[in-house]
Amino acid sequence: MIWLTWRQFRTQALVVFGALVALAAVLASTGPGLAHRYADGVAACTTGGGDCSFFTEAFFISHRNTFVILALVVLFLPAVIGLFWGAPLVTRELETGTYRLVWSQTVSRDRWLAVKLGLVGLATAAAAGLASVAVSWWSSPLDKISGGQLPRMAPPIFETRGIVPIGYAAFALALGVTAGLLVRRTVPAMAIALAAFIAVQIAVPLWVRPHLMSPVRVVTPITAANIDGFDINNGLISVNVKPLDSEAWSLHSRTVDAAGHPVTSLPTEVTSVCTPPPPGPGGVTKVQRAPGFREACLAAISRAGYQQEQVYQPASRFWAFQWIETGLFGGLALGLAGFCFWRIRRLS
Amino acid sequence: MTAALRTQDLGKRYRQRWALADCTLDIPAGRIVGLVGRNGAGKTTLLNLAVGQLAPTTGTIEVLGGQPASGPAQLAKVGYVAQDTPTYSGLTVAEHLTLGARLNPGWDGALARDRIGRLRLDPRQRAGKLSGGQKAQLALTLGIAKRPELLILDEPVASLDPVARREFLQILMEAAAEQELSVILSSHLVADLERVCDYLIVLDAARVRLVGPIDELLASHHRLTGPRRDPATLPADQQVITASHTDRQTTLVVRTDAPILDPAWTVTGVGLEDLVLAYLSDQADPVDTPRPTLAVQR
Repeated sequence: MIWLTWRQFRTQALVVFGALVALAAVLASTGPGLAHRYADGVAACTTGGGDCSFFTEAFFISHRNTFVILALVVLFLPAVIGLFWGAPLVTRELETGTYRLVWSQTVSRDRWLAVKLGLVGLATAAAAGLASVAVSWWSSPLDKISGGQLPRMAPPIFETRGIVPIGYAAFALALGVTAGLLVRRTVPAMAIALAAFIAVQIAVPLWVRPHLMSPVRVVTPITAANIDGFDINNGLISVNVKPLDSEAWSLHSRTVDAAGHPVTSLPTEVTSVCTPPPPGPGGVTKVQRAPGFREACLAAISRAGYQQEQVYQPASRFWAFQWIETGLFGGLALGLAGFCFWRIRRLS
Repeated sequence: MTAALRTQDLGKRYRQRWALADCTLDIPAGRIVGLVGRNGAGKTTLLNLAVGQLAPTTGTIEVLGGQPASGPAQLAKVGYVAQDTPTYSGLTVAEHLTLGARLNPGWDGALARDRIGRLRLDPRQRAGKLSGGQKAQLALTLGIAKRPELLILDEPVASLDPVARREFLQILMEAAAEQELSVILSSHLVADLERVCDYLIVLDAARVRLVGPIDELLASHHRLTGPRRDPATLPADQQVITASHTDRQTTLVVRTDAPILDPAWTVTGVGLEDLVLAYLSDQADPVDTPRPTLAVQR
């Protein structure tokens, strides 16, 4: 049975693993150079005065496109596996009638499905693991400095690092097989599996992952040291402050009044001080005006009792989240696999 | 000796439609059984139930004394060549033999290779490139080399030309004789079965119409031709299967084990094809229901 499964699967396996090995080879040849240039740059700016923020920002921006493309590869790999490995795994046999041939050999349906799921499942874990390791390793210098823009803790980069890609891929595979067993045709099964996988991948970071551990909530005064901006947009005024943990996944940051209730628009005693002269074309103006203006505005905010509330998942929870989410998706994959075994016995 | 196939009130329903109903059979082992019926009569349903690829809605089924597909031992005893003789189009002939060897503990590799050699199939050829007849032969080889006690074939010759058809059935018969196989073979063409079968099941509209050893069936059915008369006036032991009338003449196919004594009739035998057609014609009654006296009148 292992022989037959491998014989049927080998072309698909070779295509995906061939592409992944090629990618890994390219990353292996360029990764050390990237790490080297990063180390050199940091060493130069450290000896030259200590502030590396200019270098790191420029370094990140110059590699940003590759960084994002690699993340997309890891992000889409599970979907590809679910579509091209999962959906046809059983439907191809149903469509060509070969299930009648193989089920009349001395092999029970349970064993037939177990070997198929087991072998392809192992290949899935290996492919997702290889992609994640290669991309995480190559991106590691950039992950250190991506905090302000694409922190590793936050979506969509979280999904492309560590062990979660293995969980996603196992889930996508199980989803493809399940859809195939339900609709019995390859192309509709692919469409259903893709739609369901995308829906889950959108729903989890929006509604599930923020609650995996209770987020950190910090209320800080708004001071000249931490204020990052002050946006006036169509009459609504909002304050931005620098995050306490720049690597963290910021869930939200908002201004609250003395009672702790969120403020959407500031009252006139603040806006009268803080509103700049009429904005130029575009409607959005950064408040950076005459000397003393900024201090007066901050004083008005402080007098009114406004503070900034920040809610976030700290970067130190990266691995805890990785394990929880991998377990979650692994559990979903096992549940779907169990359904597949139940379903295959009733298939005719 | 255990029966090859024994069913009791077996039925299979797909949503609202019964594909097979009230099927009670007791087929002894060692027979070459022909299963005939029109397309959609329930032949494939019965065969899929026998190999355990379908589960019955009602009733019980036993194959060689065991539940179909109840475990590896049962699977090993029953070979199946499914409808349209499916093969893996991407696998070569040799790989199909490897498949058989890997998946069947009782696999007879020498037999399989010998058969492939005699059929002059190229082992390196992909099954997708084979002709319909060659595919059917490959599927039959897989079924035979598994060394089953019962081989079930679902319309294996339906897509073959007459020469390939004759060749296929001949090889099947040789194998059955050599290996002392029981065989159940379905077809909608009686001519295919006439040459090879010694036992017959006629299915029509999901029900068994006729079942028995072919020689007994032929001996107990007669065609009666004589002056026009109401079939209801026949002796009670003569079951009318079909009746047709002209102005002056009546032709009946009747079933009886007793001799026909009425001198008004000219009695002739019935060929297998005519016998099957008689049971498949619209005026035929199911065998197990009593004959309604008036229903056969036209």
